[in-house]
Amino acid sequence: MTRFWTRLLVLLTVILGVNYVAWRWMASLNWDAWWIAVPLVIAETYSLIDVMLFGLTVWNLKIRKPPPPAPADATVDVFITTYNEPLDLVMTTALAAKDIRWPHSTWILDDGDRPEMRQLAESNGIGYVTRGADWTPDMPRHAKAGNLNNALMVTSGEYLLILDADQVPEPDILDKTLGYFNDDRVALVQTPQYFINVPADDPLGSQAPLFYGPIQQGKDGWNAAFFCGSNAILRREALMQLGLVGYVKATEKSVRRALAASRSAIKKARRSEEARNPLVEQMLNEVEAATNAAQQELEARVSLSEITYRVRRKVDEAVRTLVAADFSALQADLDEIAAMELAHVGESGVTTVASDAVDRMSGRDWSPLGALESVHAVLDAISVERTDEAQPIMPLATISVTEDMATAMRIHSLGWKSVYHHEILANGLAPEDLKTMLTQRLRWAQGTMQVLLRENPLVQPRLSWGQRLMYFSTMWSYLSGFAAVVYFAAPIIYLTLGILPVSSLSWDFFIRFIPFMVVNQLLFVVAGHGIPTWRGQQYSLALFPTWIKACTTAARNVWFGRPLGFAVTPKARQSGGPSWSLIRPQIVVAVLLAVAMVVGIARLLTGLSEPLGTLVNVAWVAFDLVVLSVLVKAVLYKGFVPEGAGPEDVGPERPEERNADAV
Amino acid sequence: MQFSYEVKDSYAEVKSVGRLNMVAAPKLREVVNEVVAGGSSRVVVNLAETDFMDSSGLGALIGCLKATRQAGGDLRISGVQPQVKMVLELTNMDRVLTAYPSAEEAFGDD
Repeated sequence: MTRFWTRLLVLLTVILGVNYVAWRWMASLNWDAWWIAVPLVIAETYSLIDVMLFGLTVWNLKIRKPPPPAPADATVDVFITTYNEPLDLVMTTALAAKDIRWPHSTWILDDGDRPEMRQLAESNGIGYVTRGADWTPDMPRHAKAGNLNNALMVTSGEYLLILDADQVPEPDILDKTLGYFNDDRVALVQTPQYFINVPADDPLGSQAPLFYGPIQQGKDGWNAAFFCGSNAILRREALMQLGLVGYVKATEKSVRRALAASRSAIKKARRSEEARNPLVEQMLNEVEAATNAAQQELEARVSLSEITYRVRRKVDEAVRTLVAADFSALQADLDEIAAMELAHVGESGVTTVASDAVDRMSGRDWSPLGALESVHAVLDAISVERTDEAQPIMPLATISVTEDMATAMRIHSLGWKSVYHHEILANGLAPEDLKTMLTQRLRWAQGTMQVLLRENPLVQPRLSWGQRLMYFSTMWSYLSGFAAVVYFAAPIIYLTLGILPVSSLSWDFFIRFIPFMVVNQLLFVVAGHGIPTWRGQQYSLALFPTWIKACTTAARNVWFGRPLGFAVTPKARQSGGPSWSLIRPQIVVAVLLAVAMVVGIARLLTGLSEPLGTLVNVAWVAFDLVVLSVLVKAVLYKGFVPEGAGPEDVGPERPEERNADAV
Repeated sequence: MQFSYEVKDSYAEVKSVGRLNMVAAPKLREVVNEVVAGGSSRVVVNLAETDFMDSSGLGALIGCLKATRQAGGDLRISGVQPQVKMVLELTNMDRVLTAYPSAEEAFGDD
C-alpha cells in the first residue's frame, strides 16, 4: 500500500514540479534582473531534477525477505582495515569479528605496519596482513583500496566481510547475509552503517537513516545498491574478475601509449648528438623496426604478452650485436696498440676483452641504447608487468578516494547483482567533533565527484539506465552547494535592494509553487516512513562550502592532476574551545541574512517594498537561518556522553575513530 | 589440485592438475617462484588437466607472468580446456595470454 502512495506522490511531484519550473522558465523571469533571475531558475531546475531522481529511487523500493541459508562450506575472510586507530579500538572490533558464528578467518589489515598491532593480533589468534615487498616506496599506495588489494592476494576465502576498524560486528552477521550469495550472480551484500556514539538529536548529522533506508532500498530495486566501504560482504570471484578486466585494459592502454611514445622518442633521439654515431643510428633503426612491427601486431590483435616479449627480444638482440661489433672494433684497436708496443697491457701481455663483458655491456644501462635515456625509458614501458603499480591485479578501484563507490559501479558494469540488507549488523563510531566530520564529508564528496569525472555513470555502456541514474543521483546531490548559494542570495537581494527575480509574486506563482512544495514534502514523509530527515536536509544546505570545495578540488584533481590536498583526518577530538572558524562562510551568510531581514522590514515600513514580497522573503530568510542554526549546535557539541554516565567516563581525549575510511 | 614441474632443455613445464581456484592460486605462485629461483625463467604452465579455473587462478598466472618477465624470461600457457578458455574470454585475458596447443609448442618460436 505504501508503494502505491509513494508512486502516486512521485507522479504528482514530477507533474507539479515540471509545471512550476516550466512556468518559471517561460513566463516568470524578470529579465531586468537576469543576473539573479537566471541563477535562481537554474537552481530551482537543479532541485527539481534532484527530487525527480529521489522519486525514481523510491519508485522501486525493495523490501527483502531474509535469504535462504548458505551452503555450510562457504569460506569467508573477515577483513578489518586500520591505519592508525588506537590498538584497543581495533582489537575490540577484531575480537568481535573472531566471535562471528559462521566459520571464517579474521584478518587485521594494518596499513600502519605497527609491531604492537601484529603482536596483539598474533597473541589472539587473529591473522595480520601488511603490505608485501612489492609495495616499494615509489609505488602508489592507494590508501584503503591498496590495503584491501594487497590482502586479497594473500588470502583465499570465497567471500570477504569488510569492516572499518570501529565497526563492531554482530555474531550473526554472516548467518544473515551469506545466503544471498546462493544466487551466483550476486557479488555484494551491503548492510547499514549505524553509529552508537551519537545522541538522539544527532548534532553532526552522523546517522544517515534516509540513505541506509529508502535510498539504498530504492537503489536495490534497480539492482544498484551501493557498496559503502564497510559492513559489506563481497564475492572474491567478482572482485578478482574486476581486477583482471582492469589489468587487461590498463595493459593494452599502456602498451599503446608506450609504442606511440617510443616513436616520438626515436624521432627526438635521431636529432641528438649521439645519433651521429653510426652504431647508435643503426640501433635506432632496429628499435624503430621493432616498434612498428609491434604496432602492426597490436592492430592484428596478437596477444600483448607476445608483442611485448618480441619487442624486448628484438631490441636486446640488436643491442647485443651492436655491442659485440663495438667490442671487436675496440679489440682491433687494442691489438694494434699492442703491436706498436705503445702500450703494455696485462701481465701476460695479451690484451683481451673478457668474454662476459659483452653480456655486461649489453645491459640496458651500458649499451649505446642506454645513452639515449628517453628511448630506454620508453622501451621499459612496453611491458605486461604493469610496472606503475605494486601488483598487476588491483580489484578495488583506485580512481577515487571513495574506492567503494567506484568499485561497486564496475561490479555492476560487469553484470553482477547487489543486495542491500536492511538490518543493523554492526555498530560503529561516528566523528565527535565538527572538524573531523567536515573532513569526512569533504572526502566523500570529493571521491564521488572523482568518479563522476573519471567514469561518468551515464556513459557506462553495460549499466542499465536505472543503474546509471542511481549512481548519477548521488553525484547530482553533491552539486547542491552551488544551488544553496543562490537560495541564500535571492532573498538578501530582494530585501536589501528590492529586486525580485520573479516578474511578479502573483496568484500565478503561488498556485504553481505551493502545491509542488506540499507534495514534495509529503513524498519525503511517506517514502521515509516518518524517518527523521530534517537533519539531513539541513546539512545538505548548510555545508554548502564543503560541497563547493569538493567539486572544485575534484575537478582540478581529475583535469589538471592537482592533489586533492588537506584531507588528513585529525586523530583525536579537537580540543580547546569551539572552532567557529570552521564555519566562517556560513557565519557571513547568516549575518547577511539577518541584516537583510532588518533592512527589508525597514524598507517595508518606509513604503519602499510591497508587503507580499517582503513577507515571502522574510519567511525565506527565516527558513535559511533555521537551516544554518544546526551548525551552532555542531560547533558547541562537546562529544558523546552516554546516558547516565559522567563526562569523566569518556573524556575529551577520546580518540577520533572514523578515519578508517580516510586512510 | 596439485602442481608438479619438470625442467626441460629450454624451458620449465609446470603441470596443473584439477581445479585452479582461489585455494590453489597461492600455491601456483609458490611453485613458479621456486622454478624461477631455480634458474628457469622460461615457464610453461600446462593446463591440459586443469578442468576448472577461476579469476583468482588467472590472477595467479598474471603474478607468475610478472615474476618470469622480471627474471628475464616469460610465462606461457598450453592445453587450455573449454571452461578455462571461457574464463579467459570473459575477462579479456585472451588479449594478454596466448594459449598454445601443447607445452612443447609454447616456446617453439624462440
